[in-house]
Amino acid sequence: MSNRSTLGAKLIAAPYIVWSVLFIIAPLIFVVYYSFTTVDGSFTLANMAELGKYAPTFLRSIWFGIVATVICLIIAFPLAYFISQKTDKVQRTMVMLVMLPMWMSFLIRTYSWMALLQDTGIINSFLAKLGIDAVHMINTPGAVILGMVYNFLPFMIMPIYSVMAKLDHSMVEACQDLGGNRLTVIRRCIIPMSMPGVVSGITMVFVPSVSTFYISQKLGGGSFDLIGDVIERQFQQSYNYNLGAAISLVLMVLILVSMAVMNRFTEDEEGMVI
Amino acid sequence: MKENVIIDLKNISVKFGDNQVLKDLNLYIRDKEFITFLGPSGCGKTTTLRIIAGFIEPDEGEVIFEGKKINGVPPHKRQVNTIFQRYALFPHLNVYENVAFGLRIKKIPEKQIKETVEEMLALVNLKGFNKRNINSLSGGQQQRVAIARALAVKPRVLLLDEPLGALDLKLRKDMQVELKNIQQRLGITFIYVTHDQEEALSMSDTVVVMDSGVIQQIGTPLDIYNEPKNAFVADFIGESNILDGVMLSDGLVEFSGARFECLDKGFAKNEAVDVVVRPEDVDVVDPQKGMLSGEVTSVTFKGVHFEIIVDIGGFKWMIQTTDYQPEGSVIGLYIEPDAIHIMKKSEYSGIYGDYSSFSEEFDELSDPEEVEEE
Repeated sequence: MSNRSTLGAKLIAAPYIVWSVLFIIAPLIFVVYYSFTTVDGSFTLANMAELGKYAPTFLRSIWFGIVATVICLIIAFPLAYFISQKTDKVQRTMVMLVMLPMWMSFLIRTYSWMALLQDTGIINSFLAKLGIDAVHMINTPGAVILGMVYNFLPFMIMPIYSVMAKLDHSMVEACQDLGGNRLTVIRRCIIPMSMPGVVSGITMVFVPSVSTFYISQKLGGGSFDLIGDVIERQFQQSYNYNLGAAISLVLMVLILVSMAVMNRFTEDEEGMVI
Repeated sequence: MKENVIIDLKNISVKFGDNQVLKDLNLYIRDKEFITFLGPSGCGKTTTLRIIAGFIEPDEGEVIFEGKKINGVPPHKRQVNTIFQRYALFPHLNVYENVAFGLRIKKIPEKQIKETVEEMLALVNLKGFNKRNINSLSGGQQQRVAIARALAVKPRVLLLDEPLGALDLKLRKDMQVELKNIQQRLGITFIYVTHDQEEALSMSDTVVVMDSGVIQQIGTPLDIYNEPKNAFVADFIGESNILDGVMLSDGLVEFSGARFECLDKGFAKNEAVDVVVRPEDVDVVDPQKGMLSGEVTSVTFKGVHFEIIVDIGGFKWMIQTTDYQPEGSVIGLYIEPDAIHIMKKSEYSGIYGDYSSFSEEFDELSDPEEVEEE
């Protein structure tokens, strides 16, 4: 009964099928096609062979992505727990505050950080007024990671918060009842039961962090090229779609592999986002 | 009288906002007894349980555990454990780890944990379920895991918050017997919360009937049923015809326009009282021979007996009899002196005990059992 696809069911599904063919399947096919062809369309492995020289960039992207994800997790977990403990009204307000920056353009927010971090920027002018020597912040790896953490933090907070907000409070009481003090409740009850949210959050922060561009150009001053920037340059400046597609494809595979590894930690847990 | 007392609640009052949940409640609980808090939703029974568990601090009054005041002692330091309404098992752990949870917190050696868990799972008939996922268990099995988990840490007192509410009738009856057996075998105190009067009567040593944050009556199941203190208790426990009466003298009461012999004494002369007659204590006889007579207005077949509504002078009586009486017939009622129970007038007088608006459907509608209590 539930498996029978009637005409009606097919009609309802049709727009989604068209959508996924047009905007998911077709682009994927293009990426694979470009990866293994030359400019004139004949088959080649040259694009793949050329990837070797981008290995350091790949590694740096992954390393920055891991650092940004870990920092996001360290900030987001306690914050999500704190929010989930408040009354409904306070929770709504705090969730709004978390989401608020996302309503502004990503570019504007990154420019704002430039203005803040520059050697003669707002922070350093303020420090100068206090008589403290200027601190070099912009164009450092720290600035790039700061940009990632700032931009992607809401994607870590939201899934963890939504799992925590739904936790049955009687579980916490059961844990206390069985002899757990506050620390035990957090360690043996809240953390394990929030894992589905944590895994979603890690995925949602790690994936865009690894593949991001622009943040490193603006906050890293071009000295910390990330793989996203390389891809962007292939398409926007070198017009080498084939190499760009090859890098994209490898990046995609790397991300899929890391997600598969992550998902193993929460086998048959509900609440997976991806 | 106060020997073997394990928990003593003194002058407990609790307010949630403007809502007075408990009013000056006094209650002591003996060691090793099976005591039940019985009452409708919102009567304060769960709140009382949560005060003993330590999840709620009373605004006023003292909680004494074995002679020591435990106000302010957090739940994890109390020697009581709770079976929660919806079990509150940990979904990320399997059956074994759920039962072992409290033991691991206490840092008990692994070998001993294994022994205790196996023993507890055997006690609740769940041998071999160790590796099972919590979500793959039926409601009854989850209930058993919850019991094993709470008992594994060897509590002095087990608190049970409507533990059988989510089970179907058949399973509920089986679990009632099983819980009672477990309690007797382990020899620990069970404090049980329910709105199901039959459950309370069949399992408990002592029943505490509560309403509106006040204890209405404390007694053995027999006392509560046979000697209800007021119209609320008489109506809540079983079925009752509750009539306005006047106590003419010791052993003589007048109601429904007739005089009856009874066994109750100690009321003032001509004191207005509530009279309780249980439907099963009335004998149906010929109209001429009856002490009262009236017309049958409805008959319902209940299996063991017929439930008959009889109109006597405008008051509808409920009578349970094994003899069929056709609707519209006039019957006589005969009531033995020991079938009559006299109660002092109370705030509940006149609210309960008339079956003129009686219908099963109405009864269920007015029974707010499904409402969440907090």
